[in-house]
Amino acid sequence: MRSGKEISAYLKNHPNLYFTVHNKKVVLGLSMFLFFALLALLGTLLTPYNYSDIAGGSALPPNAKHILGTTQLGEDVFSQVIYGLRATFITGLIAGGLATLIGISVGFLAGYYGGSLLDEGLMMITNIMLVIPIIAVLVIISAYLRHLSVFIQALIIGSYNWPWVARAVRAQTLAIKNNPYVNLSHISSIPISRIIREDIAFNMFSYIFMAFILQFSGSVLAAATLDFIGVGPTQGISLGLIMRFAILAGAILHGYWWWMIIPGLILTLLIVSLYLINTGLDEVFNPRLREL
Amino acid sequence: MGKYFRKKVLVYLITFVLAITINWMIPRAMPGNPIQIMLSRITVTPDTKAKMQTYYKELFGLDKPWIIQYLNYWKSIFTGNLGRSISFGLRPVGDILSNAVIFDFLLMFPALLLSFIFGNKLGAVSGVNKRVDNILMPVFYFLTSAPYFWFAVILSFIFGMQLNIFPLGGAYGQFVLPGFSLHFILDFLYHWFLPFMSLFAIMLGQWAIGMRNMIIYEMGTNYSRFMEAMGSRRGLIRRYAYRNGILPQVTGLGIRLGQFIGGALATEIVFQYPGLGYILFRAIIDQDYFLLQGIFLFIILLMLVANFTVDIIYMFLDPRVRVSFSGGSQ
Repeated sequence: MRSGKEISAYLKNHPNLYFTVHNKKVVLGLSMFLFFALLALLGTLLTPYNYSDIAGGSALPPNAKHILGTTQLGEDVFSQVIYGLRATFITGLIAGGLATLIGISVGFLAGYYGGSLLDEGLMMITNIMLVIPIIAVLVIISAYLRHLSVFIQALIIGSYNWPWVARAVRAQTLAIKNNPYVNLSHISSIPISRIIREDIAFNMFSYIFMAFILQFSGSVLAAATLDFIGVGPTQGISLGLIMRFAILAGAILHGYWWWMIIPGLILTLLIVSLYLINTGLDEVFNPRLREL
Repeated sequence: MGKYFRKKVLVYLITFVLAITINWMIPRAMPGNPIQIMLSRITVTPDTKAKMQTYYKELFGLDKPWIIQYLNYWKSIFTGNLGRSISFGLRPVGDILSNAVIFDFLLMFPALLLSFIFGNKLGAVSGVNKRVDNILMPVFYFLTSAPYFWFAVILSFIFGMQLNIFPLGGAYGQFVLPGFSLHFILDFLYHWFLPFMSLFAIMLGQWAIGMRNMIIYEMGTNYSRFMEAMGSRRGLIRRYAYRNGILPQVTGLGIRLGQFIGGALATEIVFQYPGLGYILFRAIIDQDYFLLQGIFLFIILLMLVANFTVDIIYMFLDPRVRVSFSGGSQ
């Protein structure tokens, strides 16, 4: 174990880490995020019911036995939220990760070969992808697919959400690649893959990490909207699906607020936590914002 | 014509052709016979069923070579013949959708425009005033993080159900005849307010956060510092920062459009607002293929028109693009 003094000495030597743990937004956001992550991972230990079990009476408001009440069919809303939160994390990690990966690959290539035919072609594809809305494509695909899992949905969302990452990374790459040290690597005939990896990507690490956070929340929101509209996964449960079933059962009219509002609130708070981390990190990496 | 403009038009043309091709390809690439699946979902007399079967077979033209099928599909799009819907009593799809898209336009356009104007103003104030910033930013972060349809549910639950001030759904009252009468317009606005507010509020948060960050960035740049050192009024520096900050916001408009349209469709479902979203909702439940294809087409068209408008606006705002557009002869 290190003593408190040693830790603070260590932090003083690593300014980015120092500002990260001293930034209120990052700390608050991170704790909220970890709370939801733990809830998704271990929440099943807190409830004896599966998400589709008939656990009690129909449409009970929150009580000691069902802390978030029950649905019209008598399923436990808390259990559904736990399983739905799992689907949300899976979607965020897979779709967000995939979108970031495709986005930075396209961005690096287009930026590095800026102005070439490759750049023009990649940017053309990016711009086309920006105009075709994912919702329209998913509507068509899932209308014909009999079965859609959370995993497949995440892959589809991920392969559609990358264009703005690609555009942003390209712009950054264009700015970085004219630096003298990149030119030096160039004349030293270092392979391009290594130049991109070591000279360009390492300089954008914070930026890419923040892009991933935004992709995570963007994918999660997109998935919830799609599930709500009715093109979500056909197996399993998600926060969007819980709200869809609530609306289909006329939850507004009957006043089942625990069934339709709480899942959305949890989703919103999860995304707030991601925004907090993102803005906090922005202040850490960008000292100009720190003063305010 | 400038290079900028030509490139944009080319992208839109390719997108349109690609979208139509996807729309044409998907029912053919899927397992099973779409006609049989569709017919198995409705209950009519065997006689009508046989008639419909031949009608659909001709429409799809599945016995012809694929290139002819593809060309026929294009022809049917330009003649407005999008098939008939099974979930809306066999009405022509083009008919249903062109009625619905009016409601979409009346809902989305004001929400987008007004949130852009007010969001940018509020964000700009937040960027220079720390006290305002501390109050407004948490609200805006919450709004941006909320899914559109969830916020719609909350508004509908509080103002429609609990307080009973606004109607729960629909675009106009059951006993009001659509037309250009004052009575109808007031009734329409009364039903329009909650769906509009839910779209407006969430978009407002997004613009405000974007503008706040832009203003903070611009206020720290060299030109702002130089003006400050020269003794310019704070108001003037802010105005320049605002004008520079608005450009990325307009670009952001293009990027957020897809998300916004998705959110608006979901919001319409919550309020049973008879736009594309509500029709989409029913089409998915009924697996109404022609209607789904038609909706896809309309959403793409909506996106293309909206993006094109954003490009034109950008051209007027950014002098650099304007110069390339008019060939520099200002």
